[in-house]
Amino acid sequence: MRANRINAVVLRQLYLYKRSWTRILEVFYWPTMDLLLWGFLTIYLQRGSAALPHFVSYFIGALILWDILFRAEQGVSVSFLEDMWSRNLINIFVSPITVYEYLAGLVVIGVIKVAIAFAVMSSLGWLLYSFNVFRLGITLLPLALNLVLMGIAVGVFTTALILRFGLEAEILAWALAFLFLPFSAVFYPVSVLPHWLKVMAWFIPASHVFEGMRQVIAGGPAPVSQILAASGLNLVYIVFSFFFFVAIYRTALARGIIPKIGA
Amino acid sequence: MAILKVTGLTKRFDNVLALEDVSFEAERGEIVGILGPNGAGKTTLIHLIPGLIRPTSGRIEVFGMALDENRSSILARMNFASNYVSLPYSLTLWENMMVYALMYGVRDKGARIREVLALFRLLELKDRPARVLSSGQMMRLCLAKAMINRPEILLLDEPLSGLDPETARNSRELIRKLSREEGLAVLYTSHNLAEMQELSDRVLFLEKGRILMQGSSASLLGRYRVETLEELFFKVLRHES
Repeated sequence: MRANRINAVVLRQLYLYKRSWTRILEVFYWPTMDLLLWGFLTIYLQRGSAALPHFVSYFIGALILWDILFRAEQGVSVSFLEDMWSRNLINIFVSPITVYEYLAGLVVIGVIKVAIAFAVMSSLGWLLYSFNVFRLGITLLPLALNLVLMGIAVGVFTTALILRFGLEAEILAWALAFLFLPFSAVFYPVSVLPHWLKVMAWFIPASHVFEGMRQVIAGGPAPVSQILAASGLNLVYIVFSFFFFVAIYRTALARGIIPKIGA
Repeated sequence: MAILKVTGLTKRFDNVLALEDVSFEAERGEIVGILGPNGAGKTTLIHLIPGLIRPTSGRIEVFGMALDENRSSILARMNFASNYVSLPYSLTLWENMMVYALMYGVRDKGARIREVLALFRLLELKDRPARVLSSGQMMRLCLAKAMINRPEILLLDEPLSGLDPETARNSRELIRKLSREEGLAVLYTSHNLAEMQELSDRVLFLEKGRILMQGSSASLLGRYRVETLEELFFKVLRHES
């Protein structure tokens, strides 16, 4: 791994954001819209029911943490798409960069985007709803880290599919993370899911993260078992996604896909 | 000693045989033109050499090293430009060059970027986003990118087709100068046969994935008793059909 090549991938994306106000706006726009719409809706629903004492906190916390996963996924897959859209992919793959260095660069971009989006959403959550995400304490760190890791795994998997199928598969960059939303116990506990979906949910790292988040907000103990389960699953999925990408990359080399999708 | 050695290269895409048993060598300072009709396998060949496509069989050796085992260190000393490839439009010319200077580990990046942008008469546009460039200027930027690492081998896929006559002539002269003075080996495809005749030291004539003939333009013209590569092209294709 050469740091200069990873830096080149990161720098290319940072330059892109430096000059494109639409891309900068996009980083702030959706998180703000999500928080405004769902936050106020939650407050409205809270007034009609006293059955869920932590309803607003659950919901705002879930929105902020879900955005971490989504941004990490997008940071990887949309950055790859940027190189496809600008017909720059061939220039990258004829350079000395290795496939691992390229992926590492995309992951760094994903982490930077997460950091910015998290700062925006946590600030807005506090300003609009007096929700302090840091009330989760030190537990916030492993919970957020696990969402970043899952986002990266989904992002690398999505990017592999885009590499294989070209721009026809670009919709996956936005859609695939949402596939996990209903089954990840983001806004409701796993217990409300039917039995077969419950089984599936426990194989999704995010389910453990959001169950853990609710446990902390409700004043329960640190969700150690949930964090360990999420970390173990993430380890498996990260390794799988990287192997999957490399396998697809080798297929792409054998089938001559890169010159077709890159030009 | 050959800087590039291709032996028995075959590439099959499903049922289509794109290249069959292609062998050739290129020396330092040599300009090799790849000639042939559409679908002859020119672009496939030029994509196989930097490893954008993996061959079905055969061997590619660059700088005396096998490509599949030393890809990264070989590509650090090689570069590529194509009429079908671009650079990010939102980045300025300087930023685009900086990204690739970093990618190739170029020393004294600022000075080298200034040097290559000046070489392709783009220095005055260095702070403009690449989206404002005309297609000819974009091709010059791609050529500047291809020179950023002082490559020893340059792969060019129809590099001059979008350029106006003066810029194309200047680019040809520049390629010729770099080849002569710095020992740059150039492998390039073109449909412009006059350009190929003027620029190439040696021509590979591909047809249906096979090398029909190779040699200097003068020797091929003499062998087939024609005046130009264009006449040779049509004569050979008529004979083949």
